[in-house]
Amino acid sequence: MKRVQFSHSPIPYLFIAPQIIIICIFFLWPAAQAIYQSFLLEDAFGLSSQFVWFKNYKDTILTDAWLQSAGFTLVFSFLVTFLSLALAMLLAVKANEVIQGARTYKTLLMWAYAIAPPVAGLMGNLMFNPLIGDLYYFLNAMGWDFNHKLDSFDAGFVVILIAVWKQVSVNFIFFLSGLQSIPKSVLEAATIDCKSNLRRFWTMTFPLLAPTTFFLVVINITYAFFETFGIIDTTTGGAPGGSTSTLVYKVFTDGFRGNDLGGSSAQSVVLMLMVLALTVIQFRFIERKVHY
Amino acid sequence: MLKRTLTAIGAFSCLATISVANAATEVQWWHAMGGRLGEVVDEIAVKYNASQSEYKLVPTYKGGYEDTMTAGIAAFRAKQQPHILQIFDAGAATIINAKGATIAVADLMAEHGAGFNKEDYLAGVRNFYADSDGKMIGMPFNSSTPLLYYNKEAFKKAGIATPPKTWEEFEAIAPKLKEAGYIALAQSHSPWIFTENFHSRHNLQMATANNGYDSTDVKIMYNNPELKMHWGKVKEWLDKGWYGYYGRAWGDNQDAFIQKKTAMWLGSSGSFGGLTKSAEFEFGGSFLPYWKSIVDEPKGTFIGGAALFAMSGHDDEEYKGVADFMKFLTSPEMQYFWHKETGYVPITNAAYDLAKNDGYYETTPDAEIGILQLNQPGGDWTKGYRLGYYVQIREVLYKHFDDIFAGKLSVDDAFAKIEEESNDLLERFNATYN
Repeated sequence: MKRVQFSHSPIPYLFIAPQIIIICIFFLWPAAQAIYQSFLLEDAFGLSSQFVWFKNYKDTILTDAWLQSAGFTLVFSFLVTFLSLALAMLLAVKANEVIQGARTYKTLLMWAYAIAPPVAGLMGNLMFNPLIGDLYYFLNAMGWDFNHKLDSFDAGFVVILIAVWKQVSVNFIFFLSGLQSIPKSVLEAATIDCKSNLRRFWTMTFPLLAPTTFFLVVINITYAFFETFGIIDTTTGGAPGGSTSTLVYKVFTDGFRGNDLGGSSAQSVVLMLMVLALTVIQFRFIERKVHY
Repeated sequence: MLKRTLTAIGAFSCLATISVANAATEVQWWHAMGGRLGEVVDEIAVKYNASQSEYKLVPTYKGGYEDTMTAGIAAFRAKQQPHILQIFDAGAATIINAKGATIAVADLMAEHGAGFNKEDYLAGVRNFYADSDGKMIGMPFNSSTPLLYYNKEAFKKAGIATPPKTWEEFEAIAPKLKEAGYIALAQSHSPWIFTENFHSRHNLQMATANNGYDSTDVKIMYNNPELKMHWGKVKEWLDKGWYGYYGRAWGDNQDAFIQKKTAMWLGSSGSFGGLTKSAEFEFGGSFLPYWKSIVDEPKGTFIGGAALFAMSGHDDEEYKGVADFMKFLTSPEMQYFWHKETGYVPITNAAYDLAKNDGYYETTPDAEIGILQLNQPGGDWTKGYRLGYYVQIREVLYKHFDDIFAGKLSVDDAFAKIEEESNDLLERFNATYN
């Protein structure tokens, strides 16, 4: 059978060229540099370097510190994603039902979105300061022997709390618009069929929100992996005992504090692969369950 | 049209070159001095620029010590490095071992007519930023040393007359302070005060190869009984409520002292100026305590803080400016000014004499403690250390000290890990820089 051939015009390529160029310059080239650097042992000033194959990987990956950091990253990312999505969904559903003063209410919930992670971290730092922090005193007064400078669980609590607080408002905006795009007629029909609010939510609203939720899961995992860096840097700095250092934060401390470029690059390449794998899993297995 | 534009551009660029030629040669100085210290740095620049017209010194604040070092390194790689870069003690090995990144200040000043005589500098200052032959590579700038500060009111309340000279004395007075409602002690930098200077104070070797000065092929010696005994004690003090730990941030521990939570605080001689402003009680300074059980007479401490390095890759005219400024900066008058404004120690004998003759220490005797401590007799292991990836080794220390405090690791296990992880880092550094 003869396939139909269309004559190709070069114009479409021209149109996507800017995007391709941006991807090449800002994503592919740095990634290639990181991979190249991860095979080098180079002094900080770039005066001498030697090719060492996988030495950097051997020295930095699967060490105690790396494993600790990887473990924390997984727990941290899961909790931040789950909690900030759950809270935001709850708030959005409730805000969607509010009739009186709805706009004020919604605006107030969106405010925290405008706060940059490091600023959120600084604010949290003040609130948990052992000398003047209100939350620090409050938690201790509640009978929790709270000391995030010494206790790794408490320190994890602090960074997760701040990271979730910061992210809830973003998720809230998306959920709210997701909710508002669900046709009223569908919900009304459901109301006739089923009296239970909760049941209606799980059988109707939740599945209809699935595309939004899926999108937000991807966004939130990326947030927890990478953008919470500023929060960690300004609150715990990875302490105590490296227990709140995410993989990205470790890449930063080794590379930009310690000036070990090769080791830091090796870690970021591994991180890149991890995120790649995670994204593939998300799109392969979770997206299937999403109906658009 | 096009022609006219080109002519205009040509004319403009001619003008631009002329104005550059007329201007003084710029000398860029990247530093890590924030807050009040940054203001004093700016004042130094104003004074220098007013003192002559050939060079224009431009100081730029680049953030903390690590940020400044990273910024300097990134700039060097992009061939945009400043003329003068401030590098802190823990980063010294990185910059000095990068052959060709800097020009030794001793050579630079001698070559460009600024003159250089090592003997002019205080004994405790001379060697830290020098190579193994004793040639000064970096010019010590903000030089400090750990000191003990104590709250006089708290001591009066607890019925204690003098600050502790030794840790044995500390253990005797700590319960009294606790009874008076104070945590006895906090300190702001465990690697610097409770590790590095611990070795200097007790004249203990820190690392093989002459504390790392002779070679990059070096092993850490932190896993020693004296240091482990000390940390065992610190953990004990913490559990007894004699020692407060407010995290690793310098300021949080200092604040605990300022807010009268702790009766004593180990900080830097450079903290003196800041404390005078913020503490609303009478406080005094004293020497860093030592263990009588280890040494009878303590040795001097290391000089901490940071030094100024002349970066390579500039032209002679600019280096003349760098040398000229270094000469200005090390003049007795400027050193005295810096000493008085910040509490950092003056680095030359002449400046110290000037301060003495001016009667400064009669009115503010505490300002002299740092210098006296640096000038205490030295031993084999008091001139400093030169260890690669030391910024990360400090991270390793912090990490495992946290583990000791939290009771996650015993002192023995923690130091075994410190030794292992530090040696891995030193090995990587050796492989990288050789």
